[in-house]
Amino acid sequence: MEWLYMYMPIAGMKILWPGLVLIGFSVGTIGGFFGMGGAWMVTPGLNILGFPMAFAIGTDMAHIAGKSMISTFRHSKFGNVDYKLGFIMIIGTMAGIELGAQLVMYLEKLGNVGTVVRWSYVVLLMLIATMVFYDYYKATKKKNAGEVGEHGAEGITWYKTLHKIKIPPMIHFKAAGFTCSAWIPIGVSFLTGVLAGFLGIGGGLIRMPALVYLIGCPTHIAVGTDLFEVMISGLYGAFTYALKGRIELVAVFVMLTGAAIGAQIGTIATKYAKGYGIRVAFGLAVLCCMISIILKEYKFDVASAVIILGTIGLICIYIIGIMVNGAREELRAKKLAKPVTA
Amino acid sequence: MKKVISLLLSIFILAPSFLWAAGGGGATDIVVVADTRVLGDGIMKYFATTYNEDMWMFAAWAAILTACYGAFLGVIMDYLMSKTGLDLKSRKIVEH
Repeated sequence: MEWLYMYMPIAGMKILWPGLVLIGFSVGTIGGFFGMGGAWMVTPGLNILGFPMAFAIGTDMAHIAGKSMISTFRHSKFGNVDYKLGFIMIIGTMAGIELGAQLVMYLEKLGNVGTVVRWSYVVLLMLIATMVFYDYYKATKKKNAGEVGEHGAEGITWYKTLHKIKIPPMIHFKAAGFTCSAWIPIGVSFLTGVLAGFLGIGGGLIRMPALVYLIGCPTHIAVGTDLFEVMISGLYGAFTYALKGRIELVAVFVMLTGAAIGAQIGTIATKYAKGYGIRVAFGLAVLCCMISIILKEYKFDVASAVIILGTIGLICIYIIGIMVNGAREELRAKKLAKPVTA
Repeated sequence: MKKVISLLLSIFILAPSFLWAAGGGGATDIVVVADTRVLGDGIMKYFATTYNEDMWMFAAWAAILTACYGAFLGVIMDYLMSKTGLDLKSRKIVEH
């Protein structure tokens, strides 16, 4: 079974390469479907494979950059990426992340900030999950009452209140399909950036729902636009972590090969999924992530890893199911539509 | 064009905060040396040596190769998916 192991020239050890491919595939599938980097999924997987943790973050970062590039490429063809919105949000995100990181450094001087950060993360995840499920409940109620808009029934519509702000410059976002003050995406990305910087996370978990509920993007556009932002940030992250000597390039390429297939499945599945299908699955992923952090806080490391890996496995199966069924239906419909030539 | 250049320049200057957006946390200082003695001549040896001797070059390779490999895989997968007969250029947005 020696052939199943690959030598990592920087780390100086052998790693089970199909495991790396599987991690890449899973993160590619889920990331392409939800529109996030997925760093929270990669680390437990690498840990199980015995990958040296000194290289985990940098390797993960480079892999996320490449994977997001593949997903953005595909989402872009569907028209799911609003580049103008993505670029504008980068301004707010950068400033916010800097402020969040400074806040953590300040709190570190005052005492042990680790527990505060972890519990803040748990509370935030709980709020996001609650919001997503409440939104689904409200949308279902509206649908049953026959209150259906252009894209179907909508639950939470906070963005409509924010869109009443008319401070110039007003910008039209063609792909997202709305016009609003530029200060809304800048302000929202700033706030999500502060949270991401404070919690030391990627931000996809926060940015994706913020794009939907506060900025007013249709779910599919939120997924594509968030991936575009992750792609840019991931590339810079890959460079800076490589500069610190924290990247195992061979592992990045092996993971990317798996991610290339997963990203196609995840991205194409969004075509066949309704917005609320994506939102509810996202809410469940957030909920499981929250439970795993709580378990880790109380030193139940194995249970925490099982929850994360179990969630990844189930969500992957769900996404693959959507993609396969959708593709089968589409091909069948095409076949039926073809004129019979006899 | 001027606007695009100034935007790209400002992104590059302010980019250090980007790594947080991609899931990065703080890094502590460690020194790792790749063992080039066990590697034969070839690309593996080149990267291990570059890692030990020129970190800037290694970082540049890491970013460029990741981007190139990502783009390469994107194009290859695009070609392969186009053979499936699926419509990969349009979709309906239905929320509920």
